Amino acid sequence: MAEPAPIRLLYFAWLRERIGLGEEEVALPPGTATVAALVAWLRARGPGYEAAFGTTAPVRCAVNQEFAALDAPVRPGDEVAFFPPVTGG
Amino acid sequence: MATIRVQTEAIDVGAEIAALTAGRTDIGGIGSFIGTVRETAKGRRITAMTLEHYPGMTERALSAIAADAAGRWKLLGCTLIHRVGPMAPGETIVLVLAASAHRHDALEATAFLIDWLKTRAPFWKKESFADGRAEWVDARETDDLAAARWGPQ
Repeated sequence: MAEPAPIRLLYFAWLRERIGLGEEEVALPPGTATVAALVAWLRARGPGYEAAFGTTAPVRCAVNQEFAALDAPVRPGDEVAFFPPVTGG
Repeated sequence: MATIRVQTEAIDVGAEIAALTAGRTDIGGIGSFIGTVRETAKGRRITAMTLEHYPGMTERALSAIAADAAGRWKLLGCTLIHRVGPMAPGETIVLVLAASAHRHDALEATAFLIDWLKTRAPFWKKESFADGRAEWVDARETDDLAAARWGPQ
């Protein structure tokens, strides 16, 4: 049976700095179906992830380049990005 | 209809207005917003501002914002150009142009475009200070309020 497609994770601004990388591909852990479940899994991956996600500072998310809420679904092959609230302009 | 661009090079405002209006005689007015790097933040002098963005999503978000504006006002063209990378105080960060037959559409669309860009396009500012420290800029609640006055998407 073919492995499910990995998900592409992107991190921006201070999340990128705390995690120490801007982009990675991971296999979606079994039973991980939402952004919130993905965040819970990521937090446990190491101190950098804990520093990025275990904070009270607001973190926003996009799934496949559209803003998404914590309860949004995540599927194999998706592109999921995490970043602080935007400050352009 | 919209010109959407993210670039590291300096923004040439005159050239962009010329490009928007080239060969056109139906335009009656162009609204513009030119965002520049302010030299102080929270009372401290900054030496540089660095803009990061999410390539791909940025262009999608800017195109969606431009399309929304075109649905609300009678526009004959618009330009959204955002600079990324390092820049110095006084330099232009963002250019918004909205062309219409009449001033109200041009001016209101311009205000809408910059308000929505500030809250819906994935850009992040980092300020570098004279003491060598650098800090990511926090989002402002006032920006959300400014965007909210235009109603829901």
